[in-house]
Amino acid sequence: MGKRIFKKEIRLSGSGGQGLITAGIILARAAVLDKANVTQMQSYGPESRGGASRADVIISNAEFYYPEATRFDVLLALTQEACDKYSVNLKDDGILIADNTFVKNISLLDTEIYELPFTDIAHKKLGTKLPTNIITLGFLVRKTDVVSEASLKKAVTNSVKPQYVDLNNKALKIGYKLADEYIKKD
Amino acid sequence: MTKNNIESKVVLMQGNEAVARGAIDAGVNFFAGYPITPSTEIAEICSVELPKRGGKFIQMEDEIASISAIIGASLAGAKTMTATSGPGFSLMQEGIGFAKMTETPCVVVNVMRGGPSTGLPTKPSQADIMQTRWGNHGDAPAIVLYPDSVLESYELAIRAVNLSEKYRTCVVLLLDEVLGHMREAVTLPDLAKVKIINRIKPTIPPEWYKHYEDNPKYIHPLASYGEGYRFHVTGLAHDAYGFPTNRADETAVMMERLDKKIKHHLNDLVQIESFYMDDARTAIFAAGISARAAKTAVLMARKSGKKVGLLRPLTIWPFPDDAIRKYMKNVRNIFVPELNQGQLLNEVKRAMGGVWNYESRRSRKIIPIQKNDGQLITPADIINKMKEVK
Repeated sequence: MGKRIFKKEIRLSGSGGQGLITAGIILARAAVLDKANVTQMQSYGPESRGGASRADVIISNAEFYYPEATRFDVLLALTQEACDKYSVNLKDDGILIADNTFVKNISLLDTEIYELPFTDIAHKKLGTKLPTNIITLGFLVRKTDVVSEASLKKAVTNSVKPQYVDLNNKALKIGYKLADEYIKKD
Repeated sequence: MTKNNIESKVVLMQGNEAVARGAIDAGVNFFAGYPITPSTEIAEICSVELPKRGGKFIQMEDEIASISAIIGASLAGAKTMTATSGPGFSLMQEGIGFAKMTETPCVVVNVMRGGPSTGLPTKPSQADIMQTRWGNHGDAPAIVLYPDSVLESYELAIRAVNLSEKYRTCVVLLLDEVLGHMREAVTLPDLAKVKIINRIKPTIPPEWYKHYEDNPKYIHPLASYGEGYRFHVTGLAHDAYGFPTNRADETAVMMERLDKKIKHHLNDLVQIESFYMDDARTAIFAAGISARAAKTAVLMARKSGKKVGLLRPLTIWPFPDDAIRKYMKNVRNIFVPELNQGQLLNEVKRAMGGVWNYESRRSRKIIPIQKNDGQLITPADIINKMKEVK
């Protein structure tokens, strides 16, 4: 009996400096730990901060070739611009996760949408906006199971400097908790 | 820079990192370069890894100095490499010609970005394909390798170093911006099983040594400076000892050698991948990142019962003329997707019998699919074009 083939296309989008490419690398590392096939691709402008930035991660248990996400199973949008530009390419059963610190208008019908002020939450709970990417990653993984949480934790630990491991693990837990509480509100 | 402290042998690796690791594993012990997006990680990794192994990394003042430094170091016996992108690659052309003319082994990595000029530093393009063939002035053949995955970037980096040593010439490794920056899960091969080629050293006494000795295989032993062998190196046309010459007979021998050492070894140099070509009625010819889209398009077309295949060159120069003729014999339409205005297209037309032949034969079409706006050609772009052409 053949295993069920899955393929998840994930786009993490926003602007330069929000840690999206780092988040993409961490997610891809977690997928490697899960023994999945994975590609992680990125697109950004010549500037080191600001400008549109995005990371694509494709995770599958089968071989695949084209590395760019074209129809998203999951879209993370951390800016209004990214949300406007990419939400049209969500699959019908795709999931949109938006940071409503910056994303104020979402013009999508019949889509599973999660809106939370991730950046504000990071600032309030951790005193810095920097781990917003990890909070959203925790939220995304608990909601979608694209990678296992054990692998995600390991990937975060492996990817950040030793002095920031604790901070990022805290951020991960905040993401998980936000995901759990979001269901309760519904 | 990517850290790979993951327990399993499978690692998440970036294309640029794979190039650097491949080159180092092939024995590169000298890197001189001027970092430029999207090739910067190659220099970055070499700057960390080479000193650990007794190698040298030098950041030069520009790309002209970089190519000159790796040629000099190679003449002193090192295995050398530099990495750059479009604007730097343009500056290196004179040096690349010098390396070919003086038959000095070295590897130049060009991670292509949008051009012309400084263009689109962080966007993909395949517009340097012809520059890698004809960039330097004068008649000189080129060896250019072009991977389409992170693992293949590692493998072809090793092959580039091997071929440069074997054929005593400058080998170019061509990469797409997307591939250079992309990460994939890869399992690196066991290094003990990887074939590493080192240049042939002279065994004769120094007083008998000719730096450019004639040889039936057109490849001759190479001494290094500092080993007691005396030889002269110049970009001028030269005799067997390397001294300048204006004599037609000596120049002819030299030019023939430069040409024939590539043409007589096409079986060793040309590598292609045939993907579902055996029963294909429609073919795609694509290289690098566009071949990734083409592979997905082939699988999509096959699912709906269409006999589509892909022919992909891993060695882009010398161009795989014979393979194209062989594989395309029974094919009706050939689609050529590429991120430029037709650099591969015209080569395919030439290999298939020239533009006259193509236009006079209604039965076979060679169809371009082109983009040069910094975006990738998608599998859907290829499928849609196929639907348009009946």
